[in-house]
Amino acid sequence: MRASLVVGGVLAATALAGWSWFTLSSPVWSPAETKLIASLSLSTLPPLPPDPSNAVGDDPAAAALGRALFFDTRLSGNGQVACASCHLPDKQFQDGTPLASGMGQTNRRTMPIAGTAYNPWLFWDGRRDSQWSQALGPLESAVEHGTDRTQVAHVIAAAYAVDYEAVFGAVPDLSNLAEHASPLGSDAARASWAALSEAERDAINRIFANVGKAIAAFERTILPQPTRFDAYADALTAGHDTTGLLTPTELEGLRLFVGKGECTKCHNGPLLTDQHFHNTGVPAAPGLPADSGRIDAIAQVLADPFNCLGIYSDAGPTDCAELRYMDREGHDLVRAYKSPSLRGVTERAPFMHAGQLGTLAAVVRHYNEAPAAPAGHSELEPLAMSEAELAALEAFLGTLSEAGSEGNQP
Amino acid sequence: MPKSSPAPKSPLRLLWLLPVLLIGVGGFKVAAMLQPPPSDLDLSLTQATEQGLYIGTLEPSASPIPVGQILTWTVAVTLPDGQPLEHADLSIDGGMPQHGHGLPTEPQVTEDLGGGRYRVEGLKFNMPGWWTIKLSVSAAAGTDSATFNLSL
Repeated sequence: MRASLVVGGVLAATALAGWSWFTLSSPVWSPAETKLIASLSLSTLPPLPPDPSNAVGDDPAAAALGRALFFDTRLSGNGQVACASCHLPDKQFQDGTPLASGMGQTNRRTMPIAGTAYNPWLFWDGRRDSQWSQALGPLESAVEHGTDRTQVAHVIAAAYAVDYEAVFGAVPDLSNLAEHASPLGSDAARASWAALSEAERDAINRIFANVGKAIAAFERTILPQPTRFDAYADALTAGHDTTGLLTPTELEGLRLFVGKGECTKCHNGPLLTDQHFHNTGVPAAPGLPADSGRIDAIAQVLADPFNCLGIYSDAGPTDCAELRYMDREGHDLVRAYKSPSLRGVTERAPFMHAGQLGTLAAVVRHYNEAPAAPAGHSELEPLAMSEAELAALEAFLGTLSEAGSEGNQP
Repeated sequence: MPKSSPAPKSPLRLLWLLPVLLIGVGGFKVAAMLQPPPSDLDLSLTQATEQGLYIGTLEPSASPIPVGQILTWTVAVTLPDGQPLEHADLSIDGGMPQHGHGLPTEPQVTEDLGGGRYRVEGLKFNMPGWWTIKLSVSAAAGTDSATFNLSL
């Protein structure tokens, strides 16, 4: 039997060597491959579409205000947490740790920001439907900023009145309002919220929404930059000489990426994401509560008062198509998480929605082995890639990073 | 319990086949991934329904059909004799036959435009490849459905 295994191993190695030789010695892509590779280039990314829910999304004054707010630790319960505490500008606006830490620890991995203006859904489970509504969630999370909308409004009145007024109009008089009040959070904050008049609540909600819109105007300016892969894809598309743009190993990885690896099922288009949600059998993170992903986010985004259809949105009744025609039910939403963009992925360990996999090698191995999902049903099937193929795929992913940069500085 | 029989090793003796089989399966999967839709696929945007009660026509908003965008299309329905089918109840579904998943959205018929034409909103295709659209039509003649093939 051992002899048979050895023979089998030799046969397998020979077959793989043959495959590799074929791959490397045939520089010609099929028309289907060429078309697919071209569709992944950043050159095909359309101009930033307007966000109809955010009237100040493209206002430079709003972006300047949003940038200041993004770095301001006064927007926290302990004066020490800003958006930038987890979204670090020199780390692609993420923090390189499995679970984000603010005033406490969250149950999810911090996501990068570049290109999120193109995302119809924010967070790993898509429980928010715009950059501005996303920005509001962490502010009132007890384990992130740990502040509340009324405290945020007070900070705006005290520290940003002039800049705020230039974009949104005068800050209303808040001097006789409690320091803390919110429909979420502590009992005291909720009691204070209940004691407010409808007009007072609306005034606070409007300032809070505008804070999100200003932060979103800043975040819209954070965009992915061209990579070595893009240079290759553009040269290939133009019929130019591609010699030396990618190494033979990286080219083999690209062939696997658009072929046997089935990566473009979910990581497609110029941002290398289909912006949708998939159960890929990612293991449950030890020590965290059960997490069902997208299926639990449907009710949350529908109930969010700051969603595209809400009264604080600037969108018209015919906008918000993503929310109105959202896929709301089905077994495939159980433990489904958003396909992240793969741009810059090599510098973004650890991976998956709770940082379950520590290295990119572990990630490609996960997709190769396709383990059963801890809940729901994994979409993956085993890929039967060899060690050499896994290494080539990982090498290709490295071509999706900006040359000589680990960040996405706006 | 007799102990003289040899260990049941016959299944294990075939273990060497495993890597070979895996490579074979891998090769087929490459073919499936890169394979264009079947060559005999009917890509016509006008199709008769299965029982022949109606004829449906999809009118995409753009050609080629873009990937990753929410789309608004028009659907036209007639009776077999070409007469426009007014005031029908339509529904739209679809998916990717080669990948076993449905549409990423829940498109809806949002307006009866008159003259047998209907507006469909909320269509989205989140990857290139072979998609199918199933149009179900309910009217006085009965309920029937047609399947369209799209190659993105």
